[in-house]
Amino acid sequence: MANLTSEFLGVTTPNPFWLASAPATDKAYNVNRAFEAGWGGAVWKTLGEDPPIVNVSGPRYGAIHSNERRVIGFNNIELITDRPLQVNLDDIRQLKKDWPDRAIFVSVMFPMNEETWAKYVPMIEDTGADGFELNFGCPHGMTERGMGAAVGQVPEYIKLATEWCKKYAKTPVIVKLTPNVTNILPPAIAAREGGADAVSLINTVNSIMRVNYDTLEMYPATDGMGSHGGYCGQAVKPIALHMVAEIARTKQTAEMPISGIGGIADWRDAVDFLALGASNLQVCTAAMVYGFKIIDDLSDGLSNFLDDKGMSSVSELVGKAVPSVTDWQYLNLNYVEKAVIDQDLCIKCGRCHIVCEDASHQAITKTVNGERRFEIIDEECIGCNLCTIVCPVDGCITMQPMTEGVDPRTGIAISKEKADWTTHANNPMRKES
Amino acid sequence: MGKADIQTGRLSPEEISNNFSDMHPPLSRPEALIEADRCYFCYDAPCTTACPTRIDIPGFIQKIRSDNLRGSAHTILRENIMGGMCARVCPTEVLCEEACVRNVHEDKPVNIGLLQRYATDPVFEQNLNLFERAADTGKRIAVVGGGPAGLSCAHRLATLGHQVVVFNRDRKLGGLNEYGIAAYKTVNDFAQQEVNWILDIGGIEVRPNTSMGVDITLEAIREEYDAVFLAFGLGGVNKLGLANEDADGVLNAVDYIATLRQSENKDDLPVGRHVVVIGGGMTAIDIAVQSKRLGSEVVEIVYRRGPEQMGASQYEREYAQTSGVTIRHWASPVKLLVSDRVTGIEFERTELDANGKLQSTGDTWSLNADIVFKAVGQAVASDVFGDAADSFEQKGGKLLVGDDRKTSLPDVWAGGDCIYGSDDLTVTAVQDGKVAANSINRYLRLQE
Ligand SMILES: Cc1cc2nc3c(=O)[nH]c(=O)nc-3n(C[C@H](O)[C@H](O)[C@H](O)COP(=O)(O)OP(=O)(O)OC[C@H]3O[C@@H](n4cnc5c(N)ncnc54)[C@H](O)[C@@H]3O)c2cc1C
Ligand SMILES: Cc1cc2nc3c(=O)[nH]c(=O)nc-3n(C[C@H](O)[C@H](O)[C@H](O)COP(=O)(O)O)c2cc1C
Repeated sequence: MANLTSEFLGVTTPNPFWLASAPATDKAYNVNRAFEAGWGGAVWKTLGEDPPIVNVSGPRYGAIHSNERRVIGFNNIELITDRPLQVNLDDIRQLKKDWPDRAIFVSVMFPMNEETWAKYVPMIEDTGADGFELNFGCPHGMTERGMGAAVGQVPEYIKLATEWCKKYAKTPVIVKLTPNVTNILPPAIAAREGGADAVSLINTVNSIMRVNYDTLEMYPATDGMGSHGGYCGQAVKPIALHMVAEIARTKQTAEMPISGIGGIADWRDAVDFLALGASNLQVCTAAMVYGFKIIDDLSDGLSNFLDDKGMSSVSELVGKAVPSVTDWQYLNLNYVEKAVIDQDLCIKCGRCHIVCEDASHQAITKTVNGERRFEIIDEECIGCNLCTIVCPVDGCITMQPMTEGVDPRTGIAISKEKADWTTHANNPMRKES
Repeated sequence: MGKADIQTGRLSPEEISNNFSDMHPPLSRPEALIEADRCYFCYDAPCTTACPTRIDIPGFIQKIRSDNLRGSAHTILRENIMGGMCARVCPTEVLCEEACVRNVHEDKPVNIGLLQRYATDPVFEQNLNLFERAADTGKRIAVVGGGPAGLSCAHRLATLGHQVVVFNRDRKLGGLNEYGIAAYKTVNDFAQQEVNWILDIGGIEVRPNTSMGVDITLEAIREEYDAVFLAFGLGGVNKLGLANEDADGVLNAVDYIATLRQSENKDDLPVGRHVVVIGGGMTAIDIAVQSKRLGSEVVEIVYRRGPEQMGASQYEREYAQTSGVTIRHWASPVKLLVSDRVTGIEFERTELDANGKLQSTGDTWSLNADIVFKAVGQAVASDVFGDAADSFEQKGGKLLVGDDRKTSLPDVWAGGDCIYGSDDLTVTAVQDGKVAANSINRYLRLQE
């Protein structure tokens, strides 16, 4: 079995799976249980100034469920820790003593003035914690007080606050980024310029879950009123992966270690984040909806995967897929795929036909010689992949590359040469090839 | 041979009540949502094609998924006004569920029947109004027979604004829904609940205890009404053709079932210790299982051909067998053994000859029986037409109709069990009524 021991910012943990800063890391009791279950580390629930904030006593969470009541997307309006600072510090100190082989990073959120950072950073470091994570991402509540995402959305503030923290901290500093920006690179670059040792992302996405169909108020609500919350869980993974990949493939940020967060629920999600450039992983929602036991599948699933790939450590996987991420303009426009339906597997549900008919290119039959039969019409198929997506039978419809001959749709011969938009005749800004 | 062993109340009231409880209890909301998620939402769905009333099945299941139960029920009931009863009694295993594409790889179709029940139950529980009557057309139509075919036709005609009068032989409406279907398929007086909901559309007048051919003639009806729909089902019962068929203890299964269905506690029915059923269709299965449930010790169905030739589906046969009924094949009754009442029945073994024709082997055997039930089919009652019988084209003793369910008479339509080619299912009877109503409506509009 591949060894999952991982190093992140000089801290070695038995596996790369850490609990993200959230309710599961708000108390010694919970974190102790997590470490017993096998989690590699924890980012402590965000600490703020004393006196602590207060939370609402109504519903903090909302969710999108499948009909089987699986949680697909999750949202919260919880603020940072509402326990007194000293109570948290005592817990951290004790845990670090009890679990020397596990990482504890402390998430913090302070207002934009240097004195506060100067006051609290050394106090926190004194617990023996391994480092800091700067919460510039919380998108609700704290933003109204000029913190969280209010900082994370202004690169200059990120840089400034990171500099303050670095100035007073001896241990590594991670900057946790908010996805509530149009481009993740300026905040990441600002973190780097401020001296951050790593970035972690994503924090939650601005969201309103739904309305209450009886009262026509937003839902969930606190005494009839609601406030937008932060969205997370499996539904946000693609957003997170894109942002992670952007940082990993951009020159100014590529060197920065990344802790990947957002929708990790099983080992395949971990593979996604690692291959796209993260070297550490954080999990919040999956632990909240299934409990700490999911670490079993996360770690032995990842380990088995590494074995299958002939890799002996997590670090071999990190960034493996990054070179495959590029800009649209560099995609090979000479490459042609066609859908192929395996008639032996086809159950004749007709889903592929109707979606191609209604929403794509009328490239799938419904009858052949009077029989209900679904076949690809290569003359019409643009290779879009919609049919493989809607087909309920795994492996029944596959996309297959054309390697020779003429594409019957365009009449153009298949070419082994690559040609992309930058040199395409229709591109008014083409470069001569 | 010993004395016949016939008793009422062989089982305790609790046992009987358990034995006649809902055959397929309804789905809870979580169960329904999970089952609904299994539907692939097929294009031009095979299940819909397999449904005689063409219910948009993926459409109604989609609405279950979105908690739009009223919309779901409307999708069902607009094609099949007895979607509630059909959800309970349709042999889905040979209709929609047999066609489900899930069968290809997993042999476990979506449970369409129970989903349909889940969608429609609230309509009857809350007596929801889903249809509105069009403005009165002034046209009057007579419907003869208030079973599934007749009520379906009446409801559609009423919706279209016509006035309908339903003549019904029995006191209660519903036909075999009320007097025939196995009790455990339609519990809690559902048949009458459904009838009342159907009548709520308005514009339907009911004349119970009124038999065409006895109390009123077809001529008189045709004279008075703009159009007529005949849906009197099968009032006659086929005979075995043996001596002593009127001996005590030799009973028509359908008559016994009708009594059973009308009996509140089912503790007043005479139940034999040893029961023999002759036949191979749904009626045979139902009388056998219900006898067993009433406390008969030994219940045997004897059918003259093999399992594949039985009218009852494999599912129904297995249901009878797991209920403790024995099914014997390849034997034909030749003699009722009678002292002062029936004591047994003698059979001849049968087989197929080289041409596939059923023939007797000459070999005989017999069974003891306290009661012998005859379930060898029904026929159109001989008296319904009075003198008018000759004016109809008929085949096999049933009425011949066209695709629009029109008979050979210009103003008379027919549907349900009484027409030639009917497959004796509630759902086809409902479809006949619907198709006929649409055709009658076109006919009446053309006359304007
Ligand atoms: C025992 C049994 C079990 C069955 N189980 C099932 C089942 O599980 N699933 C299924 O799909 N089908 C089942 N069937 C078949 C189904 O019940 C019939 O196909 C269906 O009821 C036919 O409907 P109908 O309207 O044609 O006739 P019927 O339901 O027979 O209704 C005829 C109506 O006409 C009235 N009538 C009769 N004669 C006259 C007259 N002369 N004048 C005026 N009114 C008259 C009667 O009072 C009755 O209301 C079963 C049938 C039987 C006998
Ligand atoms: C209830 C809840 C509370 C959270 N609190 C914090 C917090 O205090 N500090 C923080 O940096 N992130 C917080 N987060 C964000 C998570 O750490 C994480 O970034 C996000 O949920 C995405 O990961 P996931 O999809 O695994 O949940 C919180 C998330 C949830 C659901």
